[in-house]
Amino acid sequence: MTVATSERAALVRAIAAQHLSERGPLLPVLHDVVEELGYVAREDVEAIADVLNLSVAEVHGVVSFYHDFRTTPPATHTVALCRGEACQSVGAEALYDATRDAAGGGRLGEDVEVREVFCLGNCALGPSGTVDGRLHGRLSTQRLDSLTEDWR
Amino acid sequence: MSTPRVFVPADAAAVSVGADEVAIAFEAVGAHVVRTGSRGMLWLEPLVEVETDAGRIGYANVTADDAAAVLAGEASDSHGIGVVDQHPWLTSQQRVSFARVGVVDPASVADYEAYGGWKGLRRALSLSPAEVVQEVTDSGLRGRGGAGFPAGIKWKTVLEAPSDLKFVACNFDEGDSGTFADRMVVEGDPFTLIEGMTIAAYAVGASEGYVYIRSEYPHAVAALRRAIEAAYTHGYLGRDVLGSGLDFDLHVRVGAGAYICGEESSMLESLEGRRGEVRAKPPIPAIKGLWGRPTAVNNVLTLCAVPMVLAEGGAAYAELGTGRSRGTQIFQLAGNIKQGGIVELPFGVTLRELIEEYGGGTLSGRPARAAQVGGPLGAYVPASGFDVPMAYEELAETGAMLGHGGIVVFDDTVDMARMARFAMEFCSIESCGKCTPCRIGSTRGVETLDRIIAGQDVDANLVLIDDLCDTMTKGSLCAMGGLTPMPVQSAIRHFPEDFRGSAIREGEGAPA
Repeated sequence: MTVATSERAALVRAIAAQHLSERGPLLPVLHDVVEELGYVAREDVEAIADVLNLSVAEVHGVVSFYHDFRTTPPATHTVALCRGEACQSVGAEALYDATRDAAGGGRLGEDVEVREVFCLGNCALGPSGTVDGRLHGRLSTQRLDSLTEDWR
Repeated sequence: MSTPRVFVPADAAAVSVGADEVAIAFEAVGAHVVRTGSRGMLWLEPLVEVETDAGRIGYANVTADDAAAVLAGEASDSHGIGVVDQHPWLTSQQRVSFARVGVVDPASVADYEAYGGWKGLRRALSLSPAEVVQEVTDSGLRGRGGAGFPAGIKWKTVLEAPSDLKFVACNFDEGDSGTFADRMVVEGDPFTLIEGMTIAAYAVGASEGYVYIRSEYPHAVAALRRAIEAAYTHGYLGRDVLGSGLDFDLHVRVGAGAYICGEESSMLESLEGRRGEVRAKPPIPAIKGLWGRPTAVNNVLTLCAVPMVLAEGGAAYAELGTGRSRGTQIFQLAGNIKQGGIVELPFGVTLRELIEEYGGGTLSGRPARAAQVGGPLGAYVPASGFDVPMAYEELAETGAMLGHGGIVVFDDTVDMARMARFAMEFCSIESCGKCTPCRIGSTRGVETLDRIIAGQDVDANLVLIDDLCDTMTKGSLCAMGGLTPMPVQSAIRHFPEDFRGSAIREGEGAPA
């Protein structure tokens, strides 16, 4: 999504201000920024630090610590596959490698990101993963193929 | 005849295999659909239940196309499993924490009350805080997050810590692969957690509570937020709870994809809005926890056991179990298993009974070779050791741990050297970085195991990895670095052939 710089800054500051009355508001603020704008940009870090009266280093430190706070725009579509032990016991590693290869070769669609996650809490019905945020169990290359059909 | 009620799970596991589509299909053919949690028989999901005079009749592995046939009573042969409450997989269990999960509507305060909810809170509010703490101590309830610390002793410390502001915090960062009991109990019966936390707040003198849920659990976040809102509306949360004078506010906070935040002190850092770096102890959180104040930190399952302890009395709870492991434990059967799901039983059942009788063996149909018990930091138990009773002390004696009760089964195709390498790799990805043994040790561990797998100086490298594990065990600040050696060393101990195989191949090919 494209949001003009000044408009984005105003939005980020408004999001941060909404959480000012909460204790320890930084994580909720960052979640809302990712939800609204897709990622946390460098300028956002400065705006958030200013509103919450934190140092830029503190906010940057938190952004870089957690996997969820991405700092680049997300791809059009995302597949996240679990690489936890339970999913590995039913073939998750091979599925992950095959899916990355397929995405890299453009066979899943134009702009598809495949990333790893560790446990989605669906360990009895693995391999598990999410396709554009929706949870799926008992995944296979064939099922992923049909779930991503519209992307091609 | 009026349209029967049809129960379709909204549990994430059921949804992952199509329960949402099934629910829509039933509504389309005119059924009155109630979304519930899951009974925990996950291999049967989507498991739909139709209300009849004889009880709720179950239909397993239902798809959207089956809705009309199920409703017309024409799917008994293909999908029917009879009255769900009489299913042997359930009747042989002792469901305490999971009694209501899959049965009640998780959004309904009235349903919760009808099934025995709020009794524990009402009784607690009629006692003094010290008496409530005593009940919990008498019950023998131990922390279910993994460490097994007695809950009553923790609460007593918080109660006796002088402060005008105290907190209760629920650790719902269930990051261990192979565990999903916290998620299922909150998605299926969220008011139990709310009730348990309110009792905890009263017992220790806290006015604010925080539930820290991992972001990988959006269904649980939604279910809990909805239930908290309903609890406020009905006077179970907020100012003057049930006219008792107790003021208690409960907040949901969502994690951000860091496994380490399941470690208690790291979770507190994260709740305060910082990097989830582990704190050195002492001081313990019961004395200085959230924002430096006394804080009772408990796992979801610990808090969910509390309403029953208060409703029935600590002595009744203590009657269940074995040795110093009192009450029931929620085992989670996962991985390469035919019948995966939730088995709640008193402590002491053997691993073999769980895997072979409840689990029905492996999903692949091949022989089980190993099970990892207690999450990514737990030991690999070989099939020859499956007769171990599942209880804290008994497992510890064999060099394993119960952890959060997760059991991940592997068949005979598993390469244990790769699993040992993965344990180190996982630690290197998820280490918070605060202490050196964990941060650097895990990376060196991956490199050393890579050399072993490649067949380079296997004997020397096995000594080296043992030495490294010793350093990590003794020198790490928390269980992440401290317990990563457990899966690594148990794999080497029980499956030495997997670490020497490539060395043998190498030896055959080219002399060193």
